Amino acid sequence: MARKLPHKDVVIVGLGWTGSIAAYELADAGLDVVAIERGPWRDTATDYAPNFAQDELRYRIRHELFLRPDQTTFTFRNKMSDTALPIRTWGAFMPPNGVGGGGVHWNGETWRFLPSDFVLRTHLIQRYGARFLPQDMTIQDWGVTYEELEAHYDRFEYLCGISGTAGNLQGRIQPGGNPFEGPRSRPYPNPAQQQPFSHALFAKAAQELGYKPFPQPSGNMSKAYRNPLGVRLGPCTYCGFCEWFGCANYSKSSPQTTILPVLVRKPNFQARDNSEVTRINTDPDGKRATGVTFVDTRGEEWEQPADLVILAAYTIFNVQLLLLSGIGAPYDPIANRGVIGRNFTHQTISDVTSFFDKSRFVFNPFIASGAIGMCIDEFNGDNFDHGPHGFVGGGYMGQVQTNGRPIETTPVPPGTPRWGAKWKQAVRDNYLSALKPGTGVHGSMYSYRDVYVDLDPVYRDRLNRPLLRITMDFHDNELKQNLFLTDKFAEIFRAMGAQQVVKEYRKAPYDITKYQTTHLCGGAVMGEDPRTSALNRYLQSWDVPNLFVLGASAFPQNAGYNPTGTVAALAYWSLEAIRNRYLKEPGPLVHA
Amino acid sequence: MADRFIPPDSQTLGGKDAGCVVFIDRQLAGGYGRREGLYVRGPFEKGAKSQGQQSSQTLRELYRTGLASLEQYCRSGKAGRSFAQLTAEQQDEILHGLEDSSVQLEGAESSTFFEQVLKDVQQGFFADPIYGGNHEMCSWKMIGFPGARYDYSDWVGRHNERYPFPPVSIAGRDDWTPHKG
Repeated sequence: MARKLPHKDVVIVGLGWTGSIAAYELADAGLDVVAIERGPWRDTATDYAPNFAQDELRYRIRHELFLRPDQTTFTFRNKMSDTALPIRTWGAFMPPNGVGGGGVHWNGETWRFLPSDFVLRTHLIQRYGARFLPQDMTIQDWGVTYEELEAHYDRFEYLCGISGTAGNLQGRIQPGGNPFEGPRSRPYPNPAQQQPFSHALFAKAAQELGYKPFPQPSGNMSKAYRNPLGVRLGPCTYCGFCEWFGCANYSKSSPQTTILPVLVRKPNFQARDNSEVTRINTDPDGKRATGVTFVDTRGEEWEQPADLVILAAYTIFNVQLLLLSGIGAPYDPIANRGVIGRNFTHQTISDVTSFFDKSRFVFNPFIASGAIGMCIDEFNGDNFDHGPHGFVGGGYMGQVQTNGRPIETTPVPPGTPRWGAKWKQAVRDNYLSALKPGTGVHGSMYSYRDVYVDLDPVYRDRLNRPLLRITMDFHDNELKQNLFLTDKFAEIFRAMGAQQVVKEYRKAPYDITKYQTTHLCGGAVMGEDPRTSALNRYLQSWDVPNLFVLGASAFPQNAGYNPTGTVAALAYWSLEAIRNRYLKEPGPLVHA
Repeated sequence: MADRFIPPDSQTLGGKDAGCVVFIDRQLAGGYGRREGLYVRGPFEKGAKSQGQQSSQTLRELYRTGLASLEQYCRSGKAGRSFAQLTAEQQDEILHGLEDSSVQLEGAESSTFFEQVLKDVQQGFFADPIYGGNHEMCSWKMIGFPGARYDYSDWVGRHNERYPFPPVSIAGRDDWTPHKG
């Protein structure tokens, strides 16, 4: 029997980016707020201080800052007819854990989605006709538009001190920025970061080929910054230990460096770390959430009653908690009914590794930041005519290499043996003159009827709960997209003067051991129709109006960008509706 | 094996003198060897390659069976000698055999064992010396990686110029310690 804690106005599940944003907004509105976080408290000084933060083995290879699969994991299969098996060690994505969530280990690549991304289905059908879309593709409009989100993107960018060059200021295209982006109300809060050699060389070559390269919008500070909450960040030192690592310099935007220092001083905010929420509780007719149940490190159960429940865990854990709590109809791909688990997506990433003459090129690949890079956006979303190509979607591409850490980044030319004297010599010869962007082609993954998540019938976690089962494979549309984009990307490296360019296309089957990004999306999507979405346009559950679900789980499909900017903009959009409308009159904000 | 994967040459130590074996011993003695933190609940079924490693064995067990079985293979083979006593060419031939599974080991999948050792040797070679390998940062000196430095602000704008400073480990650098007389 769970022990009951005193009632709170709001309980928030997860204290990463969206949990921190929600906690701040609701505490600021005067409510009594508690956030419950599965992982430990994390701080710069204790968890990734500058005298030991630059440890590739500990953080990158042994996954120090991430969830441990023995806490919970997922099962995976490519096709509905396969037997799903557990992910025993992380591969294709890296679930975060602890206060700050993915905001601790991310690179800081802070993009906005294109205006057309939010009305994707309508837009594509208008331009190409419904028959142009694959039959089993289940893409949808979001129910919210870019124009509605603009102020919220802006708010997050100023919270974070994003470094970048505007491409579209109130409709006027700006030199040096991304000409394809939606109009922004004002410039980025910080100028773009300085670019190292290879990134600058990429931009030069891209420009000569007729593209319009621009610096990747970066959550690594180009100079010292004081955000609107009064929290200060220091300038990035280009240390090359950013993605998978916490930033020891307070130079990377994270909840720790932007919100938490103010939030933890609010008397009406409380955080419980190392406590895992196992269930959202509802009243007997399932129409109202009454709070949550969580377990502490001893395995003891506690009940936290609250008027308002904000689910703010990582994408896939949001979906899992909804399924385990019996909220919303589980998705059934055969009947094509139900919403929880539907429209689950990831990303379509590929890379190009290139080798240059070492007597002419010294790249010093270790000089980099997490969101450094020069990119082009000509082949993203619907920025180009897909008619002749027979696929939809796209991605940005760029020299976005974040590091030269040697366990991971010692590329050797094709034909080199994998070990022995020749391998050793090739490593020595190529380290400073080879380029490996990592996520060079950052492509979209659209949603399909047979790509989804549900509860696994066999495997269970340490608390004896069913693991979530991922059924996912690449479809022809994404493979065609990747072929086209990777070829375009490789042309730019040739133009940079590379002697050898090796294309690493993304191929089927989807492989759970190969890292792409941690951008899992969907499973509890937002939309206009409760038959095809779990949440309304304000991220409010259609079924349980005092439950809001924040995060990329709301994306009906994934675009060709990193998701954090959009995740945060949606969170602010939702919180604005809660503060201005819901709190005055609790109930559904949209009537279906 | 460490010296065959990373042979010594005139400029840089081989895997053995670089401490890769010490690195592996320490890693296996800790959580890594026990698969601490990984999902180890059954049932264990062999799945598709895209589903990842599904073995119930810990890495300690894999090393113990793999090494013993390799030794047995060598002693009962045509040379009749321990792996360590074979010539470099003979050792390479056996390692290639493990790699492409043409050499079968008793009780261990030869390619799984091979891939594990190769990965661990290379990681030990490149990881910070605090873990027992990469003796005196030999691999970092070999490639020009400055190690655990944390500020390249002055260098980000210096394009196509070789970074001139020697590497630093998390534990510092030898010449930071005053030497006797």
